[in-house]
Amino acid sequence: MSTASPRKLPMSLRLFLIGFLVLWVIMAAFPFMWTLWGSFKVEGDFFSKANWAFALSGELTRVETGGSFTGDGYAGAWGQEEFGRAVLNTSIVCVCVVTISLTLSTLAGYALSRSTFNYAFWILIAALMFRAMPQITLVSGYLLPFYEWNLWGKLGTTIIVLVAINQPFSLWMMTSFFRNIPKDLDESAMVDGCNRFQAFRHVILPVMWPGVITTGLFSFLLAYNDFPVAAMLLDQENQTMIPKIASFLGTTQTKGNVMFAVAAVVSATAPLFVLILFFQRQIVSGLTAGAVKG
Amino acid sequence: MKHSTFFTFVFPSLLAMTLLIVLPVISVVVQSLYAQHEQVIETVQNCGPFGCSDEVTVNQEATQAIREAEPLGRFVGFDNYFNRGHLAVTEMGEAWRTSTGWGDWWNKVMNLPFYSAIVFTLTFTFVVTPLTIGLGFAIAVAVNSASRAVRGPLIFVSLLPFIITPLVGSLVLFWMVDARGILGHAIQWLAGNPDLSVKASTPLMWIMLMVYGVWHSAPFAFVVFYAGLQTVNQDTNEAAMIDGANRWQRVRYVTIPHIMPLVTFVALIQLMDNFRVFEPLISFSAEAHAQSLSTYIYYDLGGETRLLNSAAATSLLTVICVGILLSPVLVRTWRDFKRA
Repeated sequence: MSTASPRKLPMSLRLFLIGFLVLWVIMAAFPFMWTLWGSFKVEGDFFSKANWAFALSGELTRVETGGSFTGDGYAGAWGQEEFGRAVLNTSIVCVCVVTISLTLSTLAGYALSRSTFNYAFWILIAALMFRAMPQITLVSGYLLPFYEWNLWGKLGTTIIVLVAINQPFSLWMMTSFFRNIPKDLDESAMVDGCNRFQAFRHVILPVMWPGVITTGLFSFLLAYNDFPVAAMLLDQENQTMIPKIASFLGTTQTKGNVMFAVAAVVSATAPLFVLILFFQRQIVSGLTAGAVKG
Repeated sequence: MKHSTFFTFVFPSLLAMTLLIVLPVISVVVQSLYAQHEQVIETVQNCGPFGCSDEVTVNQEATQAIREAEPLGRFVGFDNYFNRGHLAVTEMGEAWRTSTGWGDWWNKVMNLPFYSAIVFTLTFTFVVTPLTIGLGFAIAVAVNSASRAVRGPLIFVSLLPFIITPLVGSLVLFWMVDARGILGHAIQWLAGNPDLSVKASTPLMWIMLMVYGVWHSAPFAFVVFYAGLQTVNQDTNEAAMIDGANRWQRVRYVTIPHIMPLVTFVALIQLMDNFRVFEPLISFSAEAHAQSLSTYIYYDLGGETRLLNSAAATSLLTVICVGILLSPVLVRTWRDFKRA
């Protein structure tokens, strides 16, 4: 490609590429801006039978509430429907999943990257196959035992399940990060008299943080974005954000309170925006980590 | 590294995966061989002023009791796999015999829930995966030719559809294509049919689900290809230029061979992810028009009467499908491993 010389592109091709990029940016960003704007309107404007432009001008919002913008959706979702509790549950789940998952996958990933045994290879292949299994197929295996042993509905159960489901991916990622840390580093520490654990503790631990942060980000995204596991394994009390939004659709669409769901969707999206804003580089490096290895 | 040290490091992770991935698969296998106990039927003699009559009733208490005593149900062997909800052997045979033509046969097959789910899932997987790769590559080329200053913001915006919660992202899109939403209005205007609605039209629903699929995963392909483009060997590129290759030939013979391994990688990940398509169907409330293997299991698990055994049978069939889908990759890895 013409990485080194973007200026040399002929005018027509450049215009075409710019046009394509503008189109893509609109496709990627417009739905979110539209929903953010619409979340401050009433339902009659956000879903307008008469004229789609009402969603911009807020005709009915002015008629119904007096102002062009209204926070009714947010008030309904956070006040009446107690979305805050779902947010709290999600925070607990995310923090626990990320911490536990990182601990397990850091230890295992280190060993896998330093091992030359056949079974290390097979563990990784098994992990790849686990990664390919749809999560809902595992959930159908959990339900009956969890009912019987009275584990169903609890936050702790969901956390452990998510940690396990997250392991295959984290293992691959941590292994590929540790492979980039030269073996000589810990081997020279062992020559100096450390055992494996001391070498890990004193030599590897201080230099592994970029990999840990990236893997942690993806563990967080998995826990935050999860729907099938949380929807099937948590009771009403412990519901997390995403199943809560899904349940809004079931119950409130009939009551005409779909704006609650819109407000909740915007609330759930905001943290992810901030996350990309701060960790864009880590996310990109994480997405390509597996690929560059081939 | 010594074996014992290796296992000390790997043990917690292996334990978690064994307990919560391997054992559930076994639990799925076992459950799929059982079926819920049938209702306990009793014949009660009802005597009234006009004589006695036998009445057949369901003994709720006895049913409840036996179902609670043996939650696994009764052993039925492979019945779950061959019944109407899954491989539907009888129905398929009948459809084959009685159909008047291919169209008729196809309609009958699509009425069977498992087959219609697998047809949608496979269509989705094999339509969305190539389109994702194509769009991702196009974005990567375009961003790569943009000036450095705007690349950061471009990547930020491009990541949004991918990082966003799938359920939320598909809801956002669904609200826009709703007959009363902005895109819904646009579609009606383009088609010149004011009654057109995603909720009511099966083809439109399928198309929108796939549009969502491509929109959601194109950023992933883009990021991977973009990283690949940064490492294209400029010497080869210039050599090709000196040899008189035009722009298109350089893309075709220098860039594409360079990123081919990345295409394989993206295709593999995309096949896995698209095959479990789930959230968009929930957000689009698409049950009436499209069912994927995942949603089929989900509705079995979540319904009023939890059909755990039926869900287990579907789950196992799904896992087998995933295995078949991945087998080329596994065979190749195995060969590489043998050679090495």
